Amino acid sequence: MTPAPVVEVTDLVVAYGAATALDRVTLSVAEGEMVALLGPNGAGKSTLANALAGLLRPASGTVTVRGRLALIPEGRQLFPDLSVADNLALGGWRSGVRDPSAVYDVLPRLAELADRRAGVLSGGEQQMVAFGRALMSRPDVLVVDELSLGLAPNVTAGLARHLAELNRARGLAVLLIEQNARLAFELCRRAYVLESGRLVTEGESAALAGDPRVAGAYLGGAIT
Amino acid sequence: MSAFLTYLLNGLAVGCAIALIASGLVVIHRVTGVVNFAQGTFAVVAGLCASSLLGLGLPHGASELAAVLAAAVAGLLTGLAAVGRPGTTPLSSLIVTLGVGVLAYAVEIVLWGDQPRSAPGLAGSVTVAGARIQTQHLLVIAVTAVAFAALALFFGRTYLGKALTACASNPYAARVVGIDVRRMGLLAFALGGLLGGLAGVLVTPMRPISFDSDVTLIVNGFAAAVFGALTRPVITLAGALLLGVAETMAAGYGYGSHQLEIALGLMLVVMIVQAGRRPAISQEPT
Ligand SMILES: Nc1ncnc2c1ncn2[C@@H]1O[C@H](COP(=O)(O)OP(=O)(O)OP(=O)(O)O)[C@@H](O)[C@H]1O
Ligand SMILES: [Mg+2]
Repeated sequence: MTPAPVVEVTDLVVAYGAATALDRVTLSVAEGEMVALLGPNGAGKSTLANALAGLLRPASGTVTVRGRLALIPEGRQLFPDLSVADNLALGGWRSGVRDPSAVYDVLPRLAELADRRAGVLSGGEQQMVAFGRALMSRPDVLVVDELSLGLAPNVTAGLARHLAELNRARGLAVLLIEQNARLAFELCRRAYVLESGRLVTEGESAALAGDPRVAGAYLGGAIT
Repeated sequence: MSAFLTYLLNGLAVGCAIALIASGLVVIHRVTGVVNFAQGTFAVVAGLCASSLLGLGLPHGASELAAVLAAAVAGLLTGLAAVGRPGTTPLSSLIVTLGVGVLAYAVEIVLWGDQPRSAPGLAGSVTVAGARIQTQHLLVIAVTAVAFAALALFFGRTYLGKALTACASNPYAARVVGIDVRRMGLLAFALGGLLGGLAGVLVTPMRPISFDSDVTLIVNGFAAAVFGALTRPVITLAGALLLGVAETMAAGYGYGSHQLEIALGLMLVVMIVQAGRRPAISQEPT
């Protein structure tokens, strides 16, 4: 029996005024599953992320989320004037969790940064705060919009390890939006490819990595 | 010397009233990004309500409290008009608050007429180091001190206060974590109304208030709020006190008819000096 989907998107259309950013997109993420979403700049990935988080209204189609969804938005989007501890506490707005100690257990570095203003942190530290803030809502599914954006490879690898560990230990489902397809295929069993607002390919990561079109566009040649 | 001290103390009281108006502007601007030109109106509504309720024989305390609550409701209604519709830009909202201010004139004239009204405050005066200061002025200073301390605690220490700050700091991120930014904006307007109302009930015994008193109140309050870059309560308070003292000194030493010009001129000089000192691009801390 396949596990029930935590995220189910059916024929989703999202438009900015007259411009259609998503055109009849259908996808799903199962309980405890890690799924990647790839696509070039302007494909509509962030639009999909915002629609999943309920921040954009669909023109048509449906978005169904079972359980709680948290979003790590593109570009971190912290509260720069507030401390790290306050950023985390506000992440618990939906769940009612105010005490970040459970997040400090997962991301101990955040405990050291607790009193710093979020706006002055490095990119990697900010991404970690965004990560911790999303965890504060006790999510069943986490949408990560560009984990690796602007980060050094070892920082990205560290965050990816945390993500995989949360998935393994707590069954956290993940929709990972990534420019780094190699990373995405490594972490996720399945992937979707979005281009100009439409899903063009989907399938097992291994199969997609072997697909010459995908490999050519996202991996800079076939991977070995 | 004692005349100087008297002017200084009275000036501080006037400055405190300005600070309360300005704090409302700051609270609303911090949370919604809107400059609320109806801020003076909240004070006028509260002042007129207090004078009517006291006239009807309601006791002190209850009258002022009811008047401040009325101003908070006026704030909430203004908020509904200005930021109630999602997607309204701060500039459109500003125009709406101007409109609310003008509309309020009509309502106030219908309800209270166009003659200035006063209300009894605390009677008597006390002598501090040879300077006489009215008890009402001391009350204004005390209430303002308490209000600013409460605001600092609210925004700096409470969860709700931080959520309000978050809406100003990054509205998109506030929505991401699930904060209802629109509702927070309405809350800020209600709080702004409350602060304006507080100023209104405190000022009315000092100088009679009429429907168009909001202009003087908002000009002073706005100068102080801009002094604090519309976001920083403590600097706003300092600016307001400076304004109040400058105006009172000007009046006291015989330039009464030009007190507003003198105060605003002074303000301009301070701001120009400040702008020269500050780096052109800077992240304003809270
Ligand atoms: N707020 C907006 N208003 C109007 N158009 C928008 C808005 N946001 C995005 N778009 C447009 O919608 C399309 C999809 O944008 P989106 O940000 O979802 O792409 P993306 O796949 O996340 O790109 P990137 O990889 O650069 O982050 C683009 O053509 C973009 O210009
Ligand atoms: Mg994007």
